[in-house]
Formats: sequence, C-alpha cells, structure tokens
Amino acid sequence: MNEQRRPHILVTGAAGALAQQVIDRLRDTCALVAVDFREQIYLGDDIPSYCIDFNKRSFEDLFRRYKFDGVIHLGRIMSSQLTRMRRYNANVLGTQKLLDLSYKYNIRRIVVLSTFHVYGAVAYNPALIDEEAPLKSAGLSADLIDSVELENLANIYLWRYPDLNISILRPCNIVGPGVRNSISTLLGMERAPVLAGFSPIMQFIHIDDMADAIVLAYNKPRRGVFNVAPEDWVAYQHALKLCGCKPIPIPSIPPILPKIILSTLKLRSFPSYLMAFFKYPVVIDGRAFAREFGFTPKRPLKEIFRFYRENKKPV
Amino acid sequence: MGLASFLKSRLIPAELDSHVNRIRKPIGTLGYDPWGYNNEVMKYGLALTRQLYNRYFRVEATGVEKIPAEGPVLIVANHSGQLPMDGLLIGYALATREKHPRIPRAMIERFFPTVPYLGNLLNECGAVLGDPTNCAKMLANGEAVIVFPEGIRGSGKLYQDRYQLKRFGNGFMHLAMKYNAPIVPVGVVGCEETIPAIANIRPLAKLLGIPYAPVAMPVVLPAKVHLNFGDPMIFDDREIPEEQVTERVEQVKAAISELIDTGLSERKRLF
Repeated sequence: MNEQRRPHILVTGAAGALAQQVIDRLRDTCALVAVDFREQIYLGDDIPSYCIDFNKRSFEDLFRRYKFDGVIHLGRIMSSQLTRMRRYNANVLGTQKLLDLSYKYNIRRIVVLSTFHVYGAVAYNPALIDEEAPLKSAGLSADLIDSVELENLANIYLWRYPDLNISILRPCNIVGPGVRNSISTLLGMERAPVLAGFSPIMQFIHIDDMADAIVLAYNKPRRGVFNVAPEDWVAYQHALKLCGCKPIPIPSIPPILPKIILSTLKLRSFPSYLMAFFKYPVVIDGRAFAREFGFTPKRPLKEIFRFYRENKKPV
Repeated sequence: MGLASFLKSRLIPAELDSHVNRIRKPIGTLGYDPWGYNNEVMKYGLALTRQLYNRYFRVEATGVEKIPAEGPVLIVANHSGQLPMDGLLIGYALATREKHPRIPRAMIERFFPTVPYLGNLLNECGAVLGDPTNCAKMLANGEAVIVFPEGIRGSGKLYQDRYQLKRFGNGFMHLAMKYNAPIVPVGVVGCEETIPAIANIRPLAKLLGIPYAPVAMPVVLPAKVHLNFGDPMIFDDREIPEEQVTERVEQVKAAISELIDTGLSERKRLF
C-alpha cells in the first residue's frame, strides 16, 4: 500500500438518485465501489458497479478484493417498495451482513441512512424531536418495522464495535430531481390526496443538500445518531399549493374510514401505513448534526417547490 | 387582486397587520415555525379575537405590562369556562399591548390535535400540544408560554365550583426553574360565567373520546371578563425536593387566588 492510496469506499443503493449525488461528490478524492440490489448501473469506467444481494456469499468477495476503508450505506428499500418480507430480508438481514463484514474487514467509518419515519407520526408528538426520542413507528404499522429494526441493528453495532465509527442519519423528507420516494411523487403530481382537515407541519431537504450532509458526515468520524433537517417548516397542504398541486381531500373521520379508502385504492404514493404522517406532524430537530458537522443547507424550500411546479411531468 | 388578498384587506385592519409584522416572531421562510404557528393565519385570528375581546367580553386587562418584554416567561392562570376562551383573551391582551407586544404560545389539551381543522387552526394561531418537551423547547427559544396548571380539572369544572382553584400540577414550576423563566400569575374573572355547566356526563365524554361532556346551554354567554396580571415571580434553579417544589407551586396558586379576588371585587356586574 503506497502513501497515495485513496480511501476505498463502498456505496450501497447506487441506483438511487441520492447515492449518485454522493458518488459525484466523492469520485475525485476516493476510490468508490457501487452496489445495488435492484440493478447494475454504469457510473463511469473508474467506478466498479455491481448488482448484488448482500445476503449472498459473493458479497464478501467485494470486501476481499477492494479492501474498503469505509461504507456509505444508502441502500435502504423504502416502505413503498417490495413486499414486507423482502424488505425485511434486504433492510434488516442485509444490513446485518454488511455490518458483520465491515467488522470482519476492519472498516473504520460507516454512514447509515435511516429516516425520520422511525419516530412515528402520533398525535402526541412534540415538535423538534431529539435523537433520544423513542421510536414509535413500529407501533403504527407492521410495514415500518424494518425501518426501526435497521436502526436498532445499526445502533447495536455502533456501541458494540466503536472502531466501526458508525453514524446513523435520520433525514426528514428528501426531495428534488430524481427522487422517487412517496412524498416526492406526491409533490410532482397534478392532484394529490390529503386527509380532510389535517395539514401537518413537514420538513423537506433537497437531495443535493442531503448528499452534502452525507459527505460531511463521512469525512468526520464522529459516531452517533443524528437527525438531518433544515431549520425551515411548512404545512403539507401549503407545500402542495406551492408545488402547483390540487389537493383531493379524503374523509378523515372516523379514522377507520381513510384507512379503508387507502387500503382499497392502494396508492403507491399515499399508502395506508404512511397515513399518519399526513395527519400528525413529525418535526425533527436537526441542530445537533448542523453543529457537529458544520452543515448548512443551501437550497431553500421555495426553490425546491419551484422545481416541482415547473416539472409536473416525471423527470 | 386574488380572493386571499381581498379577504385579507377586508378582514385585517392595516394597523393590525403592521402590528403583527412588527413583533418579528422567529419563523421560517414560508411563515411557519416548528409548532405550526403561521403569521398570516395569526392575523385573522387576532382580527376575530379583537371583536370578542372588545365587544363581546369587553375585557378589562390590568397589569399586562408586567410581562417581560423578551426572554422566556410562563404566564400561569386559572382555567375555566369549558372552552379555552381564557387562553385566547390572555394571548390577545399580550399580543396587542402597545409597548413590547409578544405573541405568546398556549399549551392545549392533548385531545385537540386529533380534531380535523380545529387542531391545525389552533396550531397556526400559536397554540401548542401541552407536552413538557414542547414547553421546554419553547422556553429555550425565549417564548412566552401560557400555562393552565389545573388542566381539564379547571376548564371542566361545574358552575357550583366557580373560582375555586383545583389542584395545580408541578410540571410548570420545574420548567420555570430549569429555564430561569419568570412566572407571571394571572387571575381570570368572568370566563366561569361564559358557559355555566351544571353537570358532566362522564360516560358520554368517554364514548366520544373528549375530556368532558358538560350539561350547559349551547351558547357562550357574553360575560364581562377581567384579567389581572400579577408581578413576575422568580424562582431559582436549586436542586430541591419535590415537597419544596410543591410549596413554590402553592405560592403561585396563592398569588393567582389573590388576583381572582381582586377581579371579583372590581367586578360590578356579571354581564
């Protein structure tokens, strides 16, 4: 190994827009290897890219071959994707395999992408939720259990193996060009469902800012759990309005009614298990991350919403 | 001119609009804060409350200038009258005072966020779910917070128990001590007579999932309201046993009781 050796980093979830933004920011200074369970994507000749299931034995070969220094684990299957069982296998068991291999091959820095969904949307949530707050989402729906389990697992490794230097990031709604999650899909639609009489306060972070946050986090080996959110807030229905989206109210009381309607409609962008997030606010406090890593988001909400207003057709 | 600006021009007087803008609440780029407060909705709320405050309840507020001009402060009052009218009127008195107006936050029952439309509207007008974490974070942000330590024990009490203070929780005192927030006691007189209740149908309240189901006339009576603000009370943040915290709470309770007595003696008539 020569002195000029660039840090070798494994980036998971490479087919996602966020991972590609992170890769763009690191490709000049680091030797990257990209993996994704969904598809193999071409990221240029300098970045080996694989379509691989973390639970397969061949995954370990990557660790043997590339001698990674760090891992950026963005390959989390969102709650709106695949079946509950496949999500559990990929998100929980797959992450466990990844962390086991990281320990075995002496990885020195791991950044894990989680989500603010783990806090759960309940009527009694205070605003500006700290990282120490209990994770209540598993009690809301079985479809969110894998998100909480992934966190718990990463937390166990964080404290049991301090040398792994694990940072878990819990961002608010990630939105912007190329993002395919539920909220981004909703903002991009001409008409979007809302629960009548409810317009919870939400936080949005631009994909470019989130990529900056991940890179900042990777470069400062400070382990812990951190919320990532700008200090700006907007009500859901106001956000839709600014995105040029007409709201379609769904009857909200009694609570069983919207649940039945959404379960029947099976809307991918507005699934019944995320219903509570469109009813009650989950406002997280991102100040600890901003302070620790010197993070300042650069893209204001107005710019984010302008993008959706001007790009009503999927991009 | 769009419908929104037309309504605004008709409903919100220009001086009220500039008055609220002058307060400079810490809000984000789209006018919201983390608890859902919205400057524009607040203006409508104040315009509506102005009618209630000046014409319907003909409120007489004494000593509102005693609330500090800035920094964390807990405004602690007696709770009465089935609906949170008292919080609304105290908030209006502080928001519209001539010198150093402030937009206070009122802690509301846990039941409200589950009510469609109303929950959001209350949040937009500055009301916040009554959770200790919320109160702590707001004091840390230097906000003025209205607290009713009697909770639903106070607001849901019957007419026969009027002006008898119920048990005070100790939570507000712990927060005041931790955040060095002065406590301004307030005696509210008149709200007890707005919706006099003769009974509470507990099984119905349980069935509907609401805090209480009063037997009362379905109208809010135009009782004259007196708000008496007391001198700020300052408590140090020494580590003390709960017994002594309760003693401090009793001091606040006694101050409020005295202010209620003053209001009752000043009152010439009920309506």
